[in-house]
Amino acid sequence: MAENVTTRSRSKLFTVSGIVILIIGIVLYFMKDPMGLRRIYDLPNFLIIIGLCSILSGFMSKGKPDDVLELSGKAFGEFLTNNAILLAMLVLVIVICILQPRFMQIRVALDILTQSSTKLIMALGICFALLIAGTDLSAGRMVGLAAVVSASMMQTATYANRFFPDLPQVSVWIPIVAAIIACMIFGALNGFLVAKFEMHPFIATLATQVIIYGACSLYFDMPPNNSQPIGGIRPDFAQIGQMRLFSGIYQGFPGISILIPISLVICAIIWFILNKTVFGKNVYAIGGNREAAVVAGINVFRNIMFIFILASFLYGIAGVLEAARTAGATNNYGNGYETDAIAACVVGGVSMSGGIGKVGGIVMGVLIFTVIQYGLQFINVSPMWQQVIKGVIIAVAVAIDLTKYRKK
Amino acid sequence: MGEYLLEMKNITKTFPGVKALDNVQLNVRAGTVHALMGENGAGKSTLMKCLFGIYNPDGGEIYLEGKKTNIHSARQAMDNGIAMVHQELHPIRYRSVMENVYLGRFPGHMGVVDHKSMYDKTKALFDDLELDVDPLALAGEQSAAILQMMEIARAVDMKAKIIILDEPTSSLSDREVEHLFKIINRLRKQGVAFIYISHKMKEILEISDEVTIMRDGTYVGTWPVVNKETGEKLTNEFIIRQMVGREMTNQFPPRTGKPSSEVVLKVENVCSPLKKSFQNVSFELHKQEILGIGGLVGAQRTEFVEALFGLRSIASGEILLNGARYASKSPGFAKSKGLALLTEERRATGIFGILPILENTVIANQRHYAHLGVLNDRKRMADADVECKKLNVKTPSLATLIQNLSGGNQQKVLIARWLLTNSDILILDEPTRGIDVGAKYEIYNIMLEQIAQGKSIIMISSEMPELMGMSDRIMVMCEGRVTGFLNKGEYTQEKIMAFATQFAGHNTAA
Ligand SMILES: Nc1ncnc2c1ncn2[C@@H]1O[C@H](COP(=O)(O)OP(=O)(O)OP(=O)(O)O)[C@@H](O)[C@H]1O
Ligand SMILES: [Mg+2]
Repeated sequence: MAENVTTRSRSKLFTVSGIVILIIGIVLYFMKDPMGLRRIYDLPNFLIIIGLCSILSGFMSKGKPDDVLELSGKAFGEFLTNNAILLAMLVLVIVICILQPRFMQIRVALDILTQSSTKLIMALGICFALLIAGTDLSAGRMVGLAAVVSASMMQTATYANRFFPDLPQVSVWIPIVAAIIACMIFGALNGFLVAKFEMHPFIATLATQVIIYGACSLYFDMPPNNSQPIGGIRPDFAQIGQMRLFSGIYQGFPGISILIPISLVICAIIWFILNKTVFGKNVYAIGGNREAAVVAGINVFRNIMFIFILASFLYGIAGVLEAARTAGATNNYGNGYETDAIAACVVGGVSMSGGIGKVGGIVMGVLIFTVIQYGLQFINVSPMWQQVIKGVIIAVAVAIDLTKYRKK
Repeated sequence: MGEYLLEMKNITKTFPGVKALDNVQLNVRAGTVHALMGENGAGKSTLMKCLFGIYNPDGGEIYLEGKKTNIHSARQAMDNGIAMVHQELHPIRYRSVMENVYLGRFPGHMGVVDHKSMYDKTKALFDDLELDVDPLALAGEQSAAILQMMEIARAVDMKAKIIILDEPTSSLSDREVEHLFKIINRLRKQGVAFIYISHKMKEILEISDEVTIMRDGTYVGTWPVVNKETGEKLTNEFIIRQMVGREMTNQFPPRTGKPSSEVVLKVENVCSPLKKSFQNVSFELHKQEILGIGGLVGAQRTEFVEALFGLRSIASGEILLNGARYASKSPGFAKSKGLALLTEERRATGIFGILPILENTVIANQRHYAHLGVLNDRKRMADADVECKKLNVKTPSLATLIQNLSGGNQQKVLIARWLLTNSDILILDEPTRGIDVGAKYEIYNIMLEQIAQGKSIIMISSEMPELMGMSDRIMVMCEGRVTGFLNKGEYTQEKIMAFATQFAGHNTAA
């Protein structure tokens, strides 16, 4: 049949294009200096990395049979809609690179990844609530709570304005655990309200959000602190958010922020939970058809409790990292983070009506937002325009995503 | 262990406004198929849900193997060796078929799911049921029949002692029913007890050992299908009499009059954009004709009528409605052109569960009751009332939420909905799915009434007797293509099956 002629295995496609990109990268790498192509900065390095990744994924998908790529107009259109937002981001990156070649630097890419890290942790937490057709409005305030709680116990002995003037220099783990537990208590409250009373998560987490902010502000206002920003953070604690790995392995290498591996590990864990564990499957089931889950004997109460507690655990980590990274905290930390996290999730293909969503998509969604924000700043687009563009992206991305599910 | 594997004694259950079960009993022996029969709303599903822990009965006891057992959740029921195929399907649409099959009991260790074993087990299970479905396909993309087979597979696989089948065959055609019966027979020999609910008389007499009959929430009696002493078999008539409490002589009302020669709908070479779906469908529908569409699961009958109604896209072909070109754009457009579609999947595309019966009845005709966008409630109530009475919907009031009706009564409300639109061409996809014998007769009557008023009907049916009893002409489809037409008088089950399996051998149920 005709279509067989135009099909080609995906693995071959990836391998071949990977090799081509790799070769271009290597050639450029060695021509850069002699030809005076200084203005392309780290482009060769990027090409080499992309090429290697492509070859690798080509090899990885080799084992899968049946996975053929149809090279027809229709398939191409489908490919466009399926990856629209990714392609749009690629176009934007290319435009930015042309306008401002300095963008093509490893340093920039690492910056973007660093900035994405906490956002990714937030988004991975909130995706559970979205997967059961809910939402979590308390996420941002939990970040604030965790930040304040952890920072309040982690000040240097010599700092004038200590939260607990008499507190000895405790191990870093104590405040971290305390902060995360504080969040998990409120996560349990969320879960209880949703699971026990079948309250809509919007309402339940709205209530919790307000409670957390109030509670956090009370704590923050305790004498002698009296609502002063917490400062004088101990360097060993700040390291948790500021450490840079491998810095200076070659001249000018800024180092990899510790936040990147932390978020990658969490990402891997969440991917595993969602795809490989009974709990993950139950989350999808409850979101896809709650009644079916009940009838199948799934303990919906327990699963929902666990969802919100797990999410609050992640928010707690995000809050601690924020406090450490910025070496400080106020009760307004994290304000509004949940909207960014939800936006990243939905742009990444998580459905607000529950049951649909992948970790890969969420990572994509978070990256897209950071890349765009960072890129627009890089070419000096005004912050007001950045807002407009961000909003447009959310609407367009979700609209394109939804066309996949429409009329058969 | 006593004589019975399961004894349900004096079960009583009241819902607001209805006494659904009043001192009902049910005794089931191991290694038998026990049919549970009764009209729509008799309380069969409610009784089963009490057994499966979904409802807590107000009174009564359940004994399993002679031991008094309390069951408060589906989990407990499953732990006690009870599995259930529900009357209303519960697929999780965006997950794979295999995940649906193993929902709530995923294979694996310490909370980690073993995908390979899940795939292999599902494959083996489906092979056993001769079901050609990829375990990795999305459940939402499967037809009602496949979903039903999927649920059956699920129950079979639970290795339960008691398997409740609440209308398991409502969307299956004879071929799948055969597979199901093979499985039932095999398990029955191994000592599994089945509780089998169905409105299909033929199935009941073929598969079951004993029959318990219920009427209006009360217990009528239990009879063996074959009397051990006299060797006499239970008859259709006897069962129906016990069920409805009166005699019923005919299964179908007499058809008077003939279709006119006027063609109201002409379909020519209509093709779906999807290769696997319907292709080159051509036929003519005459005024006052009932055109039956027969075929097996996967014949793409539903897909075709959905396309006709604007729910799916059509790639090529021509449709003439009363001689004028008709391009099916959207259901709204189809409705304005005088088409009505009673969909196959009641739960997914039929009822609005949390809305009252009133809204569910008038929803397709809302515009008719509005003046400048404001609804005239009195008119709506009056019309809904008339229509629901005509169809004998069993309910305390029109304000009852439709999700609280029995399955058969929900179906009647949906039929009422489309009758209210007064459409010229009624497309009925499995119109009597889940409807009891008495009510079927009423629905057939209503169909004939519509015909007498000059309407035309396209009826998809997987029930052979219904297809042959009601249609003026039968069009048979197989794997998306029309394989033959039969005129009244030429119908035999064999001929229909021959057309329906024309391309058999490729795949049976995909
Ligand atoms: N959740 C509920 N709330 C209120 N009433 C209910 C509820 N469930 C069932 N009923 C009522 O109980 C009665 C028995 O319903 P049930 O579903 O058991 O009937 P059935 O015998 O299964 O009928 P069918 O053959 O139509 O499926 C009906 O009158 C129905 O309206
Ligand atoms: Mg029922």
